[in-house]
Amino acid sequence: MDNLPWIFISALLVNNFVLTYFLGLCPFLGVSNSLETSARLGLATTFVMLVTAVCAWVLNTYVLIHAPYLRLICFIVVIASTVQFIEMLIKKLSPALFRAMGIFLPLITTNCAILGLAIFATNRGYGFVEGIVYALGAGIGFTLALVLLAGLREESELSNIPKLIQGTAMNLIIAGVLSMAFMGFAGLFSSS
Amino acid sequence: MKTNESYEEFVKGIWRDNPVFVQVLGMCPMLAVTNSAINAIAMGMASMFVLVGSSFLVSAFRHVIPKQVRISCFIIIIATFVTIADYTLLALVPKVHKELGAFIPLIVANCLILGRQEAFASRYPTKLAVMDALGMASGFMLALFSLGAVREILGDGALFGIRIFSENFEPWIVMILPPGGFLTLGVILLFFNWFKYKKDEFLADVAKAERGGG
Repeated sequence: MDNLPWIFISALLVNNFVLTYFLGLCPFLGVSNSLETSARLGLATTFVMLVTAVCAWVLNTYVLIHAPYLRLICFIVVIASTVQFIEMLIKKLSPALFRAMGIFLPLITTNCAILGLAIFATNRGYGFVEGIVYALGAGIGFTLALVLLAGLREESELSNIPKLIQGTAMNLIIAGVLSMAFMGFAGLFSSS
Repeated sequence: MKTNESYEEFVKGIWRDNPVFVQVLGMCPMLAVTNSAINAIAMGMASMFVLVGSSFLVSAFRHVIPKQVRISCFIIIIATFVTIADYTLLALVPKVHKELGAFIPLIVANCLILGRQEAFASRYPTKLAVMDALGMASGFMLALFSLGAVREILGDGALFGIRIFSENFEPWIVMILPPGGFLTLGVILLFFNWFKYKKDEFLADVAKAERGGG
């Protein structure tokens, strides 16, 4: 239990899913044009990650022991149906939130950060509690990276940028600089 | 005529509609595994196998798969091929498999592959779908290789593990670390923008000259 805070901080900052593992780049580059949508997408992704972590643990413990080669197919089916289920739930409970989320909700299925989370947690042999903490750290880390990039992009719209570099090229270079900044966190644990 | 058509589908994926440089798809594996040229090629081959295999199956079954559940069907077909690729690599080249790690199963979530099934394979006959998949996969491999080669040369002073600079070369460690991936791809996209910009300028000039002449 001692390593729970470590798992959380590691997933949040040191091994940030977006900036060091390059997971979930499609939404990272695609929808990070406004602060509000990116924060919302980040929260929805965090929620799906939590549910996936629980499902992955159940599958790993009870089902996949007997058939490890089915792991990938099981995970992807679970993720797709979780997203579908959450979509229906939100539609029923809060139509306003559902409209606000729009297309981002179904797109979470193809976000490789979610599948990556399930696979990494399995590979490292995380238990139930560790898996949930890991998912929470990864989800908040994803939201953090998304919100940071969205803030920088909103700011950059006000300044005079050469036409050539606008668009994806600039976003990637901004992400590179962000990623360098996050590398600084790697020193957090080396001394202990 | 028929061969021309399939040739056309093959070529468009390599340059004009290059999945990475032009459509900006499949970024996650693109950046994660390109810290050396050999990893990039292994990833490219695995993606090519999955893309061609699933395009063939999806296209062959395109009249059978019900429209409402098509995405789930595509995903399951893709996941099957990825599992095959995963176990094959593990058996043939365990070292590369270990380095690519979790990124082989993550081919499933590569939006390039699902995108081709939805946009092309589920609508066209098998032959065209396979040609399209081959072209797109070659374009993807080209992009992976160029990124991997640049990063390995600058970050390690070597290509395929063979040193190409003298001992005095100071490797740019940052290039093989995550930020290097973002920066290299950013600069490559910048070059693509520049090409496009120059071409548009040239076409505009030609149009103006023609108007002036007429």
